Amino acid sequence: MKLDRDVVLHIAKLARIDLSEDEIDLYSEQLSEIITHFDALSSVDTEGVEPTAQTLPLRNVFAEDVSRPSMTQDDVLALAPRTEDGYLRVRAVLE
Amino acid sequence: MPELHELTIHDAATLLAKRELTSRELTEAALARIAAVDERVRAFLAVTSDGALAEADAADARLAAGERGGLLGIPVAIKDVLSTQGVATTCGSRMLEQYVPPYAATAVRKLFDAGAVMVGKTNMDEFAMGSSTENSAYGSTRNPWDLTRVPGGSSGGSAAAVAAGEATYAIGSDTGGSIRQPAALCGVVGMKPTYGRVSRFGLVAFASSLDQVGPFTHDVRDTATVLNAICGHDPCDSTSADIATPDFTAELERGVSGMRIGVPKEYMPSTLDAGVRGRIGEALRALEAQGADIDTDVTLPSTEAALAVYYIIAPSEASANLARYDGVKYGYSYQQGAGMWDNMERTRGRGFGAEVKRRIMIGTYALSSGYYDAYYLKAQKVRTVIRREFDAAFAKYDVLVAPVTPAPAFKIGEKSGSPYEMYLNDVFTLPVNIAGLPGISVPAGFVDGLPVGLQVIGKPFDEATVLRAARAYEQSAAWSERRPSL
Repeated sequence: MKLDRDVVLHIAKLARIDLSEDEIDLYSEQLSEIITHFDALSSVDTEGVEPTAQTLPLRNVFAEDVSRPSMTQDDVLALAPRTEDGYLRVRAVLE
Repeated sequence: MPELHELTIHDAATLLAKRELTSRELTEAALARIAAVDERVRAFLAVTSDGALAEADAADARLAAGERGGLLGIPVAIKDVLSTQGVATTCGSRMLEQYVPPYAATAVRKLFDAGAVMVGKTNMDEFAMGSSTENSAYGSTRNPWDLTRVPGGSSGGSAAAVAAGEATYAIGSDTGGSIRQPAALCGVVGMKPTYGRVSRFGLVAFASSLDQVGPFTHDVRDTATVLNAICGHDPCDSTSADIATPDFTAELERGVSGMRIGVPKEYMPSTLDAGVRGRIGEALRALEAQGADIDTDVTLPSTEAALAVYYIIAPSEASANLARYDGVKYGYSYQQGAGMWDNMERTRGRGFGAEVKRRIMIGTYALSSGYYDAYYLKAQKVRTVIRREFDAAFAKYDVLVAPVTPAPAFKIGEKSGSPYEMYLNDVFTLPVNIAGLPGISVPAGFVDGLPVGLQVIGKPFDEATVLRAARAYEQSAAWSERRPSL
């Protein structure tokens, strides 16, 4: 199946990635090729088989509900590109 | 007597224990070696000389006070995907060029507790996505055996650093072969433990159900020593297994007499490089000569579908994990856009390299409405089938043995034009991640001067048997003593 320009742009929008014109053409070609190899899955009979999300026999791992020291607000905000009054600053979501 | 930068962990530890060598001398030898060869090898993204010398002096003080330990005072290189408190952790990406973690990964903290001396952070494919280290935003690492060839990837910097004698051992991460494949191509030992054996806390996430931390060393005995230090349950990682860590050195020398070893046919296809096939055949005969019971008539029928399973599940998990790079909380941030969404899209468009964008888009597509059942859910079901096939094999065999890669190291640039050609490098390693099993690559000789690896795969949490088989083979061959001339 060929992933055309519109499909690539739709995926890029879902993934929030800005692509150049060259990248749109390149990914259209490369993703189409990669996806043809996914057909190998159909050779395996999975009738009645449960999916595996992870390989350990673990379910609902809980932690004790006790407080412990955490990083300071200053340490965490020091990593941010823009802050204001102890908050992360972003451009308006609705403009 | 080998030079100081060529020592194994156990030889160095013996000299340190006898006070015939100091950690400062050993560390200075590693730093001098880095200064002498890394301009050519390019294994390191950062060399932490000042920190290393301070850690060496602290280790020497502990040694002087009578403390002894397998890793105390020994130089290590850490893949730049593991968080190091106060030391930049770039993941080989422009996105994290300025990122300095405010906390350390559990595996790193455990190494420092054991007295490790960190000489630097190693190069890697961006966010661990790749098989050649060519996807690093900071340039390719070169294979110490042939500087025109790739070291493998994604942990190519860690593998090359050990092979070149720039650190006594190194730490990497393996999501589909990223420790075993570069270990094979660089002629060192590399091990991916069972999923859940080593905490992933502070390991920057690529594919959370597949990622695992593990060591690069000169020999299997050193691998066991490093595993002893980094394994164990961690409440900070809810997928860390709450299971006791045995002493992995205890059973190491017991040999393979009577061990049942299976060789899956699907891992010896007609397309396998003839030289690699020859070395694997020799390794099997060496194991047989030591009393192992070898069966080459084993089949894992769904192996052919494993590549598709991997290249759906890993990118799907990556597309979710890498959503965190939004230019708001930390990392690269484009600020001149038309608004919040435009800034975010340009941050990700510019901050990520080509392969990372490609995989995020594959994953986004596989998870998108209308394709989820056909791709992601189907891949998860085939994952169950692959796992059951391994379970059935392990009812009959103690370990499985196979090549690590279809061929020795390829030329830099040879495969970078075709993503699918590159993905085929991992065809013998990624099923082990899909099934969550332990696997090791141990040097198995050379083809035209390039190293080849033998892979030993074991039952979940049975690293001890994997190490025992690898150790028995290693001692019959002594490939581990060979070093590249640089």
